[in-house]
Amino acid sequence: MKKFINKIDDLLVESLSGFAAAHHDLVSLHLDPNYLTRAQKATNKVALISGGGSGHEPLHSGFIGYGMLDAACPGHVFTSPTPDQMVAAAEAVENGKGVLFIVKNYAGDVMNFEMAAEMLSCEHATVLTSDDVAVVNSTYTTGRRGVAGTVIVEKVVGSLAETGASLAACKALGDKVNSRMASMGVALTSCTVPAAGRPTFDIETHELEMGVGIHGEPGRRREPMRSADEIVADLVAAILEDLQPARGSEVLLLVNGFTGTPLMELYVLYNSAAKLLEQRGLNITRSLVGDYTTSLEMAGASITVCLLDDEIRRHWDAPVHTAALRWGK
Amino acid sequence: MKTEFILLAARAVNDAILANESEIESLDREIGDGDHFINMKRGCATIVAMHDELAALTPDAALQKIGMKLLSTIGGASGPLIGSFFMAMAKTAKEQGTGTLPEIAAAFAAGVEAIKHRGKADVGEKTMLDVLIPVSCAFTSLAGQGADHAALLDALKREAEQGMLATRDLVATKGRAAFLGERAIGHIDPGAKSSQVIIATVCDLART
Repeated sequence: MKKFINKIDDLLVESLSGFAAAHHDLVSLHLDPNYLTRAQKATNKVALISGGGSGHEPLHSGFIGYGMLDAACPGHVFTSPTPDQMVAAAEAVENGKGVLFIVKNYAGDVMNFEMAAEMLSCEHATVLTSDDVAVVNSTYTTGRRGVAGTVIVEKVVGSLAETGASLAACKALGDKVNSRMASMGVALTSCTVPAAGRPTFDIETHELEMGVGIHGEPGRRREPMRSADEIVADLVAAILEDLQPARGSEVLLLVNGFTGTPLMELYVLYNSAAKLLEQRGLNITRSLVGDYTTSLEMAGASITVCLLDDEIRRHWDAPVHTAALRWGK
Repeated sequence: MKTEFILLAARAVNDAILANESEIESLDREIGDGDHFINMKRGCATIVAMHDELAALTPDAALQKIGMKLLSTIGGASGPLIGSFFMAMAKTAKEQGTGTLPEIAAAFAAGVEAIKHRGKADVGEKTMLDVLIPVSCAFTSLAGQGADHAALLDALKREAEQGMLATRDLVATKGRAAFLGERAIGHIDPGAKSSQVIIATVCDLART
């Protein structure tokens, strides 16, 4: 393992401290329990809080700021944060209109946020994201995983919350966006959890993992490496099979890198996916390409398609000012 | 059960988890996401470090404190499950006491019930419950029959071992392994393995 580390036990706090120092105009860091908030507390809005294991940066701390989150709770690498973090963050940012948790559907995240919600004294609700179509067996009560589409939920609901909308309205929009998006990822290499010190999974140079999760957990199948077009065809087919979009539908196309894949290649994936969507008669009116929901140093990427409507498009376009996403303000 | 026993058990469990590092880690790498050992190690080390603070407490208060601390230390899926186990055990221990084996069995059963509730899982789903539920059933029944101390401990260890091994042939429906579907068949569940190690360690300690 070759990583920029002083002491493994200090890695998380040093990284959070660096992030907070680099973006001190946007965020404030609170330690023990660990959470980050906007530098200036917002008022008269639902407080949006997300969180999850670290190692997916910029998710979620990079999306704190105007138009997106009010606070984020980082756990250890690939490990859910704990309820005391969420409760402290909620107490810090709640301002009278309630708290909305945005949680990726993973057993640990769900249970920790659930216990935090039970401890909260203010009004609260939770949006559970479950956009990953790789593992579709619905008899598993753990259901689909929440992955890169979470960024879209945070952006769109974040914009609505800025208008002073109610907790119920924010929750409803979050659920709506989640029901209108689908994602699937592919890994070319493994990632290495620093505290573990060796790759999470073994993969040959000529292999790929189709449907990989954002922690390097296995997906649908291991298969031989193929061309970008062939890989994208499988990802897009799985996504469209799930979404079943009508011809003429307006969509947002997100190509998300896991960190180890250069932007140059992400655009190859975008080029390929866009052609396929257009062939299906879909109208791509919004796009996002880059590393937004990462898996440490893993090479690979995921594709997310979100069906837009006037409401979702308007909130996607609305101004946002965070460390990782900024436009219109 | 005295607080002193809880403290000795914490230290013994810490040693046992560390001794089983490579096995737990490799199981988790096969069907989990590789953080189970790290989380268990962090939880154990935290409780061992609380020795002086816990020593002054009654058994139920010590269990409650352990539960709260684990809940805020472990994270992941294990944190809420193990935290809930100790907090529920503490509640029953406070209500009923921990002076006799049936009372300890009742507290243990309450803890296992809390894991079932929090994880929305039951036996047969390739989780730690495949170890804990049979152990709890045997504990309640043998303690109720007034079974011989050594025979009871042997039986609990045996149940834990069988439950752990049985997870090899199960399809996971809970936790990260559930995402693997049938690919997880043939692998022992890492949470079942660490639970079995803990049960065996505490049984061995109780014998002395």
